[in-house]
Amino acid sequence: MSFVVPNTLKGFGVTLKQVFKKPITQQYPEYKRPVYPRYRGRHQLKRHENGLEKCVGCSLCAAACPADCIRVVPAENTADNRVSAGERYARIYEINMSRCIFCGYCELACPFDAIVLGNDFEISEYNRDDLIYTKDILLAEPIKKVPVADRDLYDTPIPYYKDHS
Amino acid sequence: MHEAWWITIPKAFLVINVVMVFFAFTTWLERKLLGRMQLRFGPNRAGPKGLLVPIADLLKLIRKEAFAPSGAKQPLYIIAPVVSMATALWAFSVLPFGNGWTLWGHYISGSVVNVPISLILIFALGSLGIYGFIIGGWASDSKYSLLGSMRTCAQLVSYEVSLALSVLGVVIMGQSLNLQAIVDKQQHTVWFFIPQFVGLLVFMFGAIAETSRPPFDLPEADTELVAGYHTEYSGMRWGLFQAAEYVNMITLSGLMVTLFFGGYHFPWVHSLDAFGPIWFVLKLFTFISLFIWLRATQPRLRYDQLMRFGWKVLLPVATVNALVTAFLVVLVK
Repeated sequence: MSFVVPNTLKGFGVTLKQVFKKPITQQYPEYKRPVYPRYRGRHQLKRHENGLEKCVGCSLCAAACPADCIRVVPAENTADNRVSAGERYARIYEINMSRCIFCGYCELACPFDAIVLGNDFEISEYNRDDLIYTKDILLAEPIKKVPVADRDLYDTPIPYYKDHS
Repeated sequence: MHEAWWITIPKAFLVINVVMVFFAFTTWLERKLLGRMQLRFGPNRAGPKGLLVPIADLLKLIRKEAFAPSGAKQPLYIIAPVVSMATALWAFSVLPFGNGWTLWGHYISGSVVNVPISLILIFALGSLGIYGFIIGGWASDSKYSLLGSMRTCAQLVSYEVSLALSVLGVVIMGQSLNLQAIVDKQQHTVWFFIPQFVGLLVFMFGAIAETSRPPFDLPEADTELVAGYHTEYSGMRWGLFQAAEYVNMITLSGLMVTLFFGGYHFPWVHSLDAFGPIWFVLKLFTFISLFIWLRATQPRLRYDQLMRFGWKVLLPVATVNALVTAFLVVLVK
């Protein structure tokens, strides 16, 4: 006979014990678990302190992108229209967030630390077209929704730009 | 004392609706308890404590497309879930839930109908309900459904034998096939779960297998196989099969309460019998919770284990139990 009675009954105790414990489920929309400090989320384009864009339209990020989701169209800075600190600037800078795999290669490729992956992960939309982020969306301060864990909790190196931006 | 027909019909309507509400909240209770036993919350979004989840489920199932395979044998395909649901609800009609009351000079009896052979009627209806599963599996024109309904039949037929035999001891002690009489007999002597403890165990295993609940849920085995006889059903037709299963569980828990735990009676205190339905429902939900607890704890049996357990363990034990009870009852007299 395949029934071993004592062990079978012991199982009932195990399951009953759980009822009186606090469930470990995190109630997501009410409680957001702080993300890891180096979490790679929604992109941001950065500016210099004087307001000029850091991006010089070199397209290295687009070249590095394995998902091929970045499109950069550069234009020359002129005296009366100075957008970036360099010779050229990105006239069009688009990231297709529906293709992006959040690998962070664009961030690594960028020589001016202009593109940076932020912490925001709630970027779903009802419409695919809304997922193509244009330059003004990327330049704007993201709506701070995501709690970030204290970086002192982790002993990993902090990337250069996070200390110097 | 006889009940007027114009009392019986609204009472039947009321009882059917109450049973359906019990069914709805049994699904809620099951999810909640299973969740807590697995350190989850269970449903907690729809309404306070997730209490509106059954309503949301119902709305979803009703609005869903009732898909039918093109090869389905048409009238039978639709009749099958109705048959299982109707027999499941029907079986509840003979369970006594109260002593009977006299209100404004009219007598109201404590069950929908009080037939002299109510116990046999319940088993007969249980056997009829199996037709729903067989027909549903066969009429969906799919080999998996057919295999599933074969599996269901094999299990239900083999466990029904033990289930009926386990009750025999109670019938011998209660000296009646009428559930009302059995309940009254228990209140005058002793609740039958003490002298008939073996019968209770066999009945419990049989009832779990009969309602195809885990660990005897081979007919569905949702984690291993496609659903079985209701593979090709969707929407509220599937919902009817599911409802039939839960109503069967409620009925068999009710039968267990009636046969072994004094039915609607409160222990020792006779004067509280007027509140019979309350005690009945409390006892009923104790056993439903036990079924759920069992589901959370025990892994599913293998098919050969299931068959071996049914034929080689439960059946002999139930037979010996009935024989010994008969001998003892004669000896004591």
